[in-house]
Amino acid sequence: MRRLDQILYYLRESPMLGAGTVLIFLIVLFGTLGPLFVDTDLSRPLSTTPRLAPSLDHPFGTDDAGRDLLSVMVVGVPMTMRVGLLAGAVGLGVGIFLGFTSGYLGGTFDTIVRGVVDTLLTVPGLVVLISIASTIREEISVNIMAMVVASLAWMWPTRVIRAQVLTMRERAYVQMAKLNGMSSAEIIWKELFPNLLPYLAALFANAVNWAILASIGLEALGLGPQNDPTVGMTIYWAITFSALIRGMWWWWAIPILFIGTVFVGLLMIAAGLDELANPKQRKAV
Amino acid sequence: MKWNYIIRRVSLFLVVVWAAASVNFFVPRLGTGRDPIREKLGQLAASGGLRQDGIEAMVKAYQAKFGLDKPLYEQYLNFLGDTLTLDLGYSLANYPARVGDLIGNAMPWTLGLMVVSVLMSFVIGTLLGALSAWPASPRWLRSMAVPLMTMSAIPPYLLGLIVLYILGLKLKLFPLSGGYSPGMLAIASFDYYVDVVHHSILPGLAIVLQAVGFWALGMRGMMVSTSGEDYISLAEANGLRNRTIFLRFGLRNAMLPQFTALGLSLANVVAGQVIVEVIFAYPGIGTVLFQAIQASDYTVINGVVLILILAIGLVTMMMDFLYPLLDPRISHRSDA
Repeated sequence: MRRLDQILYYLRESPMLGAGTVLIFLIVLFGTLGPLFVDTDLSRPLSTTPRLAPSLDHPFGTDDAGRDLLSVMVVGVPMTMRVGLLAGAVGLGVGIFLGFTSGYLGGTFDTIVRGVVDTLLTVPGLVVLISIASTIREEISVNIMAMVVASLAWMWPTRVIRAQVLTMRERAYVQMAKLNGMSSAEIIWKELFPNLLPYLAALFANAVNWAILASIGLEALGLGPQNDPTVGMTIYWAITFSALIRGMWWWWAIPILFIGTVFVGLLMIAAGLDELANPKQRKAV
Repeated sequence: MKWNYIIRRVSLFLVVVWAAASVNFFVPRLGTGRDPIREKLGQLAASGGLRQDGIEAMVKAYQAKFGLDKPLYEQYLNFLGDTLTLDLGYSLANYPARVGDLIGNAMPWTLGLMVVSVLMSFVIGTLLGALSAWPASPRWLRSMAVPLMTMSAIPPYLLGLIVLYILGLKLKLFPLSGGYSPGMLAIASFDYYVDVVHHSILPGLAIVLQAVGFWALGMRGMMVSTSGEDYISLAEANGLRNRTIFLRFGLRNAMLPQFTALGLSLANVVAGQVIVEVIFAYPGIGTVLFQAIQASDYTVINGVVLILILAIGLVTMMMDFLYPLLDPRISHRSDA
């Protein structure tokens, strides 16, 4: 109960975090409850009349290939979220491991990690992903997509976690733990990790945001799962079949609406968590 | 700036280029064991009614011609040599067009659009962000944070679809696609330039809308902490004009991190613009890349990837060298 009070307190304290959470909650709700009300079979090509404007039967209209866009969104939005969450989790996980160990232990390992991260960060991620994805284009599924994106999602978390750990390493409570005979692994896990939790949560929101952004970028170029109706692939089909010029606004506007909500929600959560993790910034927003 | 910093920074750049070239070399070869030459010849044979039995010999001949029969390390060294001399080979889909020429023709379009839109969004965004955090600004300016944040969160190619629909399709103010009107002679004339600018306004707007939000948010954060500094209070107490305080004491001091961000964000700007170009069928690098992806034209894809990494690496390096000139507090000493 105290935990719940605490969460509610945070949400009141930071309207940004509250608003972002509501937006993401709505998206999750849409993805989980959607299949109960909407026939997901209609997300397959040739399952209904093509090129219908939104109506009572098809609230979001239908596309060229005879997919009902409402059910495409019910199936596709969770897929896109899954790519983001998987890649974000892998990226943050690797970042936590490398950031904490290299920041706390220092030495040669730290030099190597720092060098690799600083080098890779100057490389435009999406461009490298394009090179990878175009090679394995035929085999891309939602999970492979997540792994491709995750391959570049760990550098930023590693860098910022390492920087945070460096500032914490010399603090009194860490010295105290060391004197008490705690091992490095114990200090990282029991002393450093809990102190960085809100910060890590903000990083996670950012990593998920980055991963979704990267996956939609790849998909908009046609480098996504060819048979899955993810949000990015829907946008790709809409672009490829010039939905815009043909006046089929619903075909591209609805995916944009959904993905825009996800982006704004995640950004708000990250900004709100940052505020909590970093009270100096509180007056900023 | 110490010499050893310059040497270290240049070698970092070279490492990046080497890594990028190696990725370009190894990723397609790690892949699925596909053979672009065999595939291409197979397609040609199927579409041209060529007899199939000579194909083995032809594949062999082409492999010898492109050096693919040599051991892997030799191919790799040749490839690195070609990369160093920027020899990107031939397009697979548009043989005998050279990859270098395809990219060279598209480059001015991309550069022109990008330089103008990045500069515009940087100036507008920085000013807007600074004003939105300045206590003496009008109320509507100070409540800009939420709309700015929303715009910065949505990728430019999606904003592009929206402006294209409203300003291009519905209001018919701007052309829907391309870099210049079909039938227009691509020669240096006043009409031609007007036409080019007219075509580039919508893609530019898409990039600017998103980037303005990004710059404004960064600047806002910096300006909030700057406006609380003692020297600002002192300047107020001295009775300086509000505008002078804002420009000379606030803006100037808060702006330095923006320049660092300019270097770091470049990779993202380029990535966003690549897709914006696709949406507007703008004749730049992005469209070349998109067409290459659609045609599985690996040499062109790799060439574009390499050139983009090279260009961004070069610009980031130059920004690192220029930064100490902008901010005297930073100097690339041996500890930097």
